[in-house]
Amino acid sequence: MSTENSTSTLSREDLARLVAADIAPGSYVNLGIGQPTKVSDYLRADQQVTLHTENGMLGMGPEAHGEDIDEELINAGKIPVTEHPGASYFHQADSFAIMRGGHLDVCVLGAFQVSAAGDLANWSTGAPDAIPAVGGAMDLAIGAKEVFVMMSLFAKDGTPKIVADCTYPLTGLACVSRIYTDHGVFLIEQGQDGPSVTLREAHGMSPQELADRLDFPLTLPAENSWRPAPTQRG
Amino acid sequence: MTEFVDTAAEAVASVKDGSTVLLGGFGNAGQPMELIDALLESGTTGLTVVSNNAGQGDRGLALLIKERRVRKVICSFPRQSDSWHFDEAYRAGDIELELVPQGNLAERLRAAGAGIGAFFTPTGYGTSLAEGKETREIEGRHYVLEHPIRGDVALIKAHTADDAGNLLYRKTARNFGPVMATAAAHTVVQVRQRVPVGSIDPEHVVTPGIYVDTVTALGADAQPENQPQEAKHA
Repeated sequence: MSTENSTSTLSREDLARLVAADIAPGSYVNLGIGQPTKVSDYLRADQQVTLHTENGMLGMGPEAHGEDIDEELINAGKIPVTEHPGASYFHQADSFAIMRGGHLDVCVLGAFQVSAAGDLANWSTGAPDAIPAVGGAMDLAIGAKEVFVMMSLFAKDGTPKIVADCTYPLTGLACVSRIYTDHGVFLIEQGQDGPSVTLREAHGMSPQELADRLDFPLTLPAENSWRPAPTQRG
Repeated sequence: MTEFVDTAAEAVASVKDGSTVLLGGFGNAGQPMELIDALLESGTTGLTVVSNNAGQGDRGLALLIKERRVRKVICSFPRQSDSWHFDEAYRAGDIELELVPQGNLAERLRAAGAGIGAFFTPTGYGTSLAEGKETREIEGRHYVLEHPIRGDVALIKAHTADDAGNLLYRKTARNFGPVMATAAAHTVVQVRQRVPVGSIDPEHVVTPGIYVDTVTALGADAQPENQPQEAKHA
């Protein structure tokens, strides 16, 4: 992994590594379907992170292969998985009490859009012919102590996906605390005077260039803290 | 008092045309395939089905929908890569959909079984799935009023039943089983094995027999195709 590469954007693998390194040791974590699942590849054993899957399990292990595949041991994406020692199973009402009751430390989700107030839109594009499906997205969004989002900063048409107000149907209000993107990490705080967004680090563009592309006030990091692509962190 | 019957056909005789059926399972895990096959065979129609998904591939609930036996589905995640029978019925206007966030689905079932009149939940507040619902601010947080979902019949799958109707489940196949068992006027369970009273440690019972009306033990035929760890759990 290059450390001189500060003008490059972060790859999906870089992002997964960065999120994994930012999860506090001993945390209980739910990783959403898709890109967030990749974070588990970079969690170190000594972090002692326990993974929750909303279909009713704590202590989920890696994906199962070959003879280990068991139709009755799957994750939220319906992929066969394994169990770690110390795992537990519980029914759906208990599984969602774990989320809604604020017992999960972190959940990591994908998103279509996040607003500067931390509103999340990740369950529906709102297309009139689409068949809607929500699953556990709304419960996760409002339930975990910290909601991290992983996504690209810009849509294919170049418009930013962190916006003043979401135009896609909402999943939850004021729930996102951090956004990990290919161009940088954004911290959202719900302060006394309302929400604020701070750029923690920039990649592939300068902080000022990023601020110029976004249509809400962005607090920039202190001078000279334009961080290089991440190395292994402690 | 729990009744034991020999066949899946006898077990589903309590389902009538127009019944609301709570159908266990998350994906295919925990879905009572043999009970559903018997229901299909019985010709019962006009059903309202409450389940997490709306069928996968060409098995179970997907076939009930394909044969147009289901008038309405109440679920959290109908759209999947292999939900082609639901997709077709929905686009043809042959099936009604009530989309419910997964945790609200579980809690509405739990409320029905626990005698709760309605409850305030933060999940879905401010989203289109809460439109038209009563809301309340409690200690600075916003909640949506949700009502119980009761079934005429619950069809669920467990691993083991003793002669008193006490149930054990297996891994993530537990999912909706324990809550649905409490929420229906009549609960029907398919199990792999029936054991004498005293074979299950009372401390380990997941669903007490008071919730269980009809059980059919389907034996080894009802085992999933890949289950290498079965010996440990027999």
